[in-house]
Amino acid sequence: MEKNRRDFMGMALGGFAAIGGVGALYAMKRTWDPLPSVKAAGFTTIDLSTMEPNKLVVEKWRGKPIFVLKKTADMKADDRDVVIGSDRFHVSIGLCTHLGCIPAYEGAEHKFKCACHGGEFDASGRVLKTPPPSPLVIPPFKIDGNKLVLGETGPEYKKMQDAGLIA
Amino acid sequence: MAHFDENAKPFSEKWLDERIGLNTLKKVLNTEYWIPKNINFLWAMGMLLAATFGLLLVSGIMLLMYYKPDTNLAFDSVNYTIMSEVGYGWLWRHIHGVGASIVFLIIYIHMFTGIYYGSYKRGRELIWLSGMGLFVAFSAEAFSGYMLPWGQMSYWAGMVITNLFSMGSLELNGLVEWIRGDYVPGDAFLNRFFMLHVLLIPLAIIGLIVLHFGTLRLPHVNNQEGEEIDFETSAALWKSGKRKESKVIPFSPVFLSKDLFVMSIYFILFFYLVFYHFEFAMDPVNFDPADGLKTPAHIYPEWYFLWSYEILRPFSKDIGLIAFGIAQVAFVFLPFIDRSPNVAPAHKRGLFKIWFWVLVVDMITLTAMGKLPPTNPTFATIGLIAAVIFLLLGPALFVISRIEKPLNRGA
Repeated sequence: MEKNRRDFMGMALGGFAAIGGVGALYAMKRTWDPLPSVKAAGFTTIDLSTMEPNKLVVEKWRGKPIFVLKKTADMKADDRDVVIGSDRFHVSIGLCTHLGCIPAYEGAEHKFKCACHGGEFDASGRVLKTPPPSPLVIPPFKIDGNKLVLGETGPEYKKMQDAGLIA
Repeated sequence: MAHFDENAKPFSEKWLDERIGLNTLKKVLNTEYWIPKNINFLWAMGMLLAATFGLLLVSGIMLLMYYKPDTNLAFDSVNYTIMSEVGYGWLWRHIHGVGASIVFLIIYIHMFTGIYYGSYKRGRELIWLSGMGLFVAFSAEAFSGYMLPWGQMSYWAGMVITNLFSMGSLELNGLVEWIRGDYVPGDAFLNRFFMLHVLLIPLAIIGLIVLHFGTLRLPHVNNQEGEEIDFETSAALWKSGKRKESKVIPFSPVFLSKDLFVMSIYFILFFYLVFYHFEFAMDPVNFDPADGLKTPAHIYPEWYFLWSYEILRPFSKDIGLIAFGIAQVAFVFLPFIDRSPNVAPAHKRGLFKIWFWVLVVDMITLTAMGKLPPTNPTFATIGLIAAVIFLLLGPALFVISRIEKPLNRGA
């Protein structure tokens, strides 16, 4: 009888300590989470109506460079293009998929060239020359009239994602 | 209740012994902590590490008074305030930078001495395991410290290393963002790595050092022949005055005086580097402030991480990560992969000797290839071969140590 009482006391103490421990771990995990202000800053709105054809605009989204390129009529259309009305745009995260350098846009050749290891992409972000293993990555976007909201997932992005086109 | 001598003078030896067991402590930790005579200068590496850690601690405390963990202020607080305004600020920074680099050189020597002489085997497994714990903690300490000056290499190394936690095709981006506290390394990231660097990891290191010393006390240090010494008999010989016949010496003052000799030579070299060649520990790329929109042409880690970086690099993303993961933990399992009962130096263990030197040469090759840009196909191929060899060395040791003949210890 005495033994059972002691076991009960031990288990009660251990149980409450464990609950407290789990609670403390959860609090610590939450403390490490990105702050609401950081998350709120995770969306970038880009006005596409002011873009000029074949001129690369570099925006910033979640600390990464974002390429926005309005295609001219004679540039090849691609399933990866963001289409608004009759305009086609190439939108991608401007980091080479090889080792993360930022490629430069050569307007005359319609090519992205990476100075680090010689990778090349076409104006749709598809690989023309290795080492990059995959096309430039398309960030999650939502079309809002003439504007593009980066960080939100719209139906056009979902369609690309399902077709396996985003990277 | 214990007896206390009324006449003992406060803080006299007797007074202290009655209160904190001073004489017992002295015996256990110093005068009757027996060290074999049959050792060489490589046995002093542990004390060099303890001393270097002490230097890192002191210089770190000095730097802490002016460093600012803020993405807008960090770079200037190091490169302007500490380097040009703070009296002798440059000294602490160079001691800290050189110390962080050299401590890994000594760690590797210490580790490979242990492997060569079989000091991780029977009875000494916990010494090896706590030592590997220290290696991991020192690696984390070095990485977190490298973030603090918030230069280009800090930022991009932080980016690349935290990206590893997305686990390749598993795409655990949420985990990466959780570790950073942001989508990219930013203020939250710098502050938490600052906390890790100045508090949590040093606490862990100090705890692990105590554990490492503790695991060493009962098995005692190994010796050049891996001989199993009867410490009681040998200690009795020493105490009875037959010091020549005894196989052991007391840790303090005899062994410690030899330790101090090696340490003196080491510190001449150390401070030569601090005063005249500190630049080898200061990457020029890191003297550009962090810029998230400009990647340095070639990102590489400090020299002591190059071998594992090179195991990551030559493979495709997922295979590279798996290989890297295996390489990171491989050494931990050494006492259990090595199936041979022989506790002996490598030159008495047949094939193991070849295995050991292949390991050393392979790790040096990986280190050299890891520093080179990934574009040269010849070096990339050499790196790939070296990485494959490294991964095969584990299974090879298992087989080699199984067929190794037990040594005849009678003669």
